[in-house]
Amino acid sequence: MLEAKTLAYRYGKQCSWLFDDLDLQIAPGEIVGMSGPSGRGKSTLAKVLAGYLPPGRGSVMIGGRPLQGSGHCPVQLLFQHPELAVNPRWKVGKILQEGEEPTADLCKDLGLEPAWFDRYPHELSGGELQRICLARALSSGTRYLLCDEMTSMLDALTQAHIWQIILDIARSRRLGLLVISHDTTLITRLCSRNISYFGDTVNH
Amino acid sequence: MLDIQDLSIRFTRYTFGLKKKETCVVQGLDLSIAPGQVMAVIGQSGAGKSLLAHALLGILPRNAQVEGRVFFKGKPLTPERLSTLRGREIALIPQSITALNPLLRVGVQVARAARLSGISKKDAPTTVNRAFSRYLLQKEVATWFPFQLSGGMARRVLTATATVGMADLILADEPTSGLDPATAKEALGHLRELADTGKAVLLITHDIEAALKIADMVTVFCAGTTVEVASADDFKGLGQLRHPYTRALWNALPANSFIGTMKPIERSPNTTGCPFQTCCNEQDAVCGHSTPELKHSSAGRVRCHHA
Repeated sequence: MLEAKTLAYRYGKQCSWLFDDLDLQIAPGEIVGMSGPSGRGKSTLAKVLAGYLPPGRGSVMIGGRPLQGSGHCPVQLLFQHPELAVNPRWKVGKILQEGEEPTADLCKDLGLEPAWFDRYPHELSGGELQRICLARALSSGTRYLLCDEMTSMLDALTQAHIWQIILDIARSRRLGLLVISHDTTLITRLCSRNISYFGDTVNH
Repeated sequence: MLDIQDLSIRFTRYTFGLKKKETCVVQGLDLSIAPGQVMAVIGQSGAGKSLLAHALLGILPRNAQVEGRVFFKGKPLTPERLSTLRGREIALIPQSITALNPLLRVGVQVARAARLSGISKKDAPTTVNRAFSRYLLQKEVATWFPFQLSGGMARRVLTATATVGMADLILADEPTSGLDPATAKEALGHLRELADTGKAVLLITHDIEAALKIADMVTVFCAGTTVEVASADDFKGLGQLRHPYTRALWNALPANSFIGTMKPIERSPNTTGCPFQTCCNEQDAVCGHSTPELKHSSAGRVRCHHA
């Protein structure tokens, strides 16, 4: 169970709390959707949950224990712009091995082609690069995936394709998913539970 | 307002040492927009949608070659003519926040856009204020730096920058990506308003549902070429759509059957025939050896042997 307990965050002491007293649970195998107006801290919440930012107050617990600061993080975050999430001076093959070597099965499921590994990130399309990021995030230690507007830059065909892959993998590995998106039809299609998030309150 | 015929864009790249390789990313692209019209351009990521906007503004990188005929207001759009029109009569709403100067306060940047589009120094501050209030940006936002803006705010600032002047042709590159439905609806509403005042709007997007709400016509791109031109009403059901790619795209929407495709659609220089053939269920021998022409079909156009 990935849990946020009375979580709060602000970008500096002068700023107001982006979210405060936020409680959230994601069980393994559960797909939770989250939507809400822009600029209210959805992406910030995702970064706090994945350990990129330390919580201002409260804590992030995984399986009853606080999130570890070192080692492979079981909570992985996928960003809206895959081209900004990779080192532009590394070739794709090196990027893929940043976490651990992806298994051949995973590469096959995601449709990664060995020809891409010799290229630089800007030589791949958005959908191809997002699949590379997905392969990197799906190492064996990953338990939860936070998808922050992951497919909003992609066309409908690529979007549908990527979600089919993720849903299959999530089902077989019992991953917990948090899907952040403005697209409410996408969220209703994918998720078992939807949280509409308005900065200070979470309505279940 | 704008008429593009048989546009192609090629890039020259160095592959190894001094060996050069030419890649053709856009070929045989046709598009036309009338004043007061919103023309949506939808299609695959990497199909050359943004390249089209950049080619129209002449801001492609130096290793790009553009060929074809482009007419703006009836006259050919030459590079010399373009450099006087760019920013004044043709404005771009860029796709990403990186288009803003990270070291300048956004109010200053909008004011600069207003000055460059020909508004006098005296009128610039009031025009900027009006643009800010029209896009529901608070006064203090003008003193912020781009990194302080949220995605939605940045989008509104970019829209304000493009529309603060008196451009007749607005190129909107993905104006709604990353916006919540309410803000997206509003951003699109502004584009519709601009079109209703007699301007032409080229709306480049992959959000088909949002585009259909405001567009009059839709051009579908696939593999760097126009595969279909349809009216927005044709998207009410599968039956009206002419090209198999458009039908696949429509089927892949979360609101419809949400079926994706595995095979990437790529145009390689050696293959002949229809660029879509590898992914098409309706392909046969004809598709393999001849490239279909863009032909008229009722109110729209389609590039398919079987339509």
